[in-house]
Amino acid sequence: MAVKTKERPLATQPAKKTDGIVFPFDLEKQEQQENGRSDAPVIMSVDNIDKAYSGKKKVLKDVTFDIRQGEVLSIIGPSGAGKSTLLRVINRMIEPSDGKITFQGKETLSMKGKELRSMRTDIGMIFQHYNLVDKLSVFENVLHGLLGYKNSLQGIFSLYSEAEKKRAIEIISELGIEEQIYKRCDELSGGQKQRVGIARALIQDPKIILCDEPIASLDPNASKVIMEYLRRISRERDITIIVNLHQLDAAKQYSDRIIGLNDGNIVYNGAPDAIDSDAITRIYGSKLDELIVE
Amino acid sequence: MDKTNMQHANDVNVIRKKHMKLFFAGVIIIALVFGAGAVTNYNHIEGLMSIPAAFQWLFANMMFSGSTLANLSNVLRLLWETILISIVSTTTAAVFAGVFAIMGSKLTAINPVVMYAAKLAASVSRNIPVVAWALILVISFGTNAATGFLALFFATFGFLVRAFIETIDEASGDTVEALKATGATYPQVIAKAVIPEAMPQMFSWVLFMIETNIRSATLVGLLTGTGIGYLFDLYYKQLNYEMVSLITLAIVIAVLIIEWISNLIRREIL
Ligand SMILES: Nc1ncnc2c1ncn2[C@@H]1O[C@H](COP(=O)(O)OP(=O)(O)OP(=O)(O)O)[C@@H](O)[C@H]1O
Ligand SMILES: [Mg+2]
Repeated sequence: MAVKTKERPLATQPAKKTDGIVFPFDLEKQEQQENGRSDAPVIMSVDNIDKAYSGKKKVLKDVTFDIRQGEVLSIIGPSGAGKSTLLRVINRMIEPSDGKITFQGKETLSMKGKELRSMRTDIGMIFQHYNLVDKLSVFENVLHGLLGYKNSLQGIFSLYSEAEKKRAIEIISELGIEEQIYKRCDELSGGQKQRVGIARALIQDPKIILCDEPIASLDPNASKVIMEYLRRISRERDITIIVNLHQLDAAKQYSDRIIGLNDGNIVYNGAPDAIDSDAITRIYGSKLDELIVE
Repeated sequence: MDKTNMQHANDVNVIRKKHMKLFFAGVIIIALVFGAGAVTNYNHIEGLMSIPAAFQWLFANMMFSGSTLANLSNVLRLLWETILISIVSTTTAAVFAGVFAIMGSKLTAINPVVMYAAKLAASVSRNIPVVAWALILVISFGTNAATGFLALFFATFGFLVRAFIETIDEASGDTVEALKATGATYPQVIAKAVIPEAMPQMFSWVLFMIETNIRSATLVGLLTGTGIGYLFDLYYKQLNYEMVSLITLAIVIAVLIIEWISNLIRREIL
């Protein structure tokens, strides 16, 4: 017991220090790619997706858009617009009622078993509430990102190779949480937890990372760190970031493209700086006033 | 502004409604207490008045003397047997309940038919009281320790399946989603998300059931003629109240010790 109480205050101190991430990135390379990604190849097309949970009410209505390699794509819209549903349709955590999704030249909606798992290894996911196994260490949580590559027994008995463990440590250090590596996840701050979430997604070596409100539970400072990190992942590793956001300003600041969703319809799809008050009204509808008050 | 005002008015209404509900609940409870008394010819005032006399009788008749203590070893042996039966039946039930809970939780169910079957089995075994289980099983198995074990097993199993399902749903929903999204297999999700997240709470439920079952085991033993319950029944029928009070005291102390131990364990794991 005494050991635990000693550790706690330590856990919070380095949190402050590591909030400034060390970015091992090439800044010049980033500048070159700064202006949009409209020339990048399309890696996923979402065609005419409909979704109704139960009964007739459609949550997604004829949703069609392309996803390009390495872009940061924000999905914005009022609460209940269908953002989370759309994100989960992309990795088939939710089955759409109708439509077609093509990912890397393959139709994903008919995939089953091994093929479906293998498709999911190419798509990482991070969450508003981090969705980590609180009782396990940072290290173990990050290694969970490799489960999709393992058979059941290897996964259950944590049979990770030395190379895989080394990669986990590398990614953890890159995200500035190496001091927390053997700590249980419930001892971390929100920003640190989200970085564990990102590390778990990165170790999958994905083509796309889906982010469902990744900063909705974080303070402005930690939010900035996370959004900047997500943007740099897209630049440096050419990974597509699809991110649901509540904050319009964050969407404008960090994305290459914004999709506006209202009541299951795509009502905006274009550059962040082309969003005018008319587009905002279309996206947020009558809730515009509330948005400004906030 | 309009909207927030309306919301405020709504809040007030909700609070008022809650107060009304509380008031009516109070009235109904009081009416039930006196109504039940009237129907069964039980007078609450007289009932309360008779308590001191009852205690006087208890003290006069149940204080045990040194000669009674000679039987202590016998009492302790049967108490130990009872405790063991409770622990064994609870842990066995917990293993089965774990499997059924994984089948029965929406989060981890393989298919809906199995899910409802698991829930139904648990519900049936839970809704037959432990005493009824004991009486039913005595008919088919006779008066022996196995009957006591099975009675406790079935009642515990039903309760634990339900407690475990709730624990799984509550503790691991988020992580199950995250691991499925990485492409993890079903057994991996169970082993890496559900078990680590739900285990401490499940373990705590098992400890709780062990405590409960040591109490129930006494009652079950009374019906199945085994363990400490049997001894209690024996001396009670012989009107040997000194032995009865010694046995009661032993049970109380045993339960307190078990509670104390399980609180210690609980503090370590939660
Ligand atoms: N599992 C479900 N079963 C039934 N209806 C659901 C389910 N999940 C979501 N919905 C409904 O679908 C609609 C869209 O939900 P969704 O969570 O996708 O919205 P969202 O845009 O992510 O909202 P928020 O910004 O509040 O997270 C809502 O009306 C919601 O009530
Ligand atoms: Mg959502």
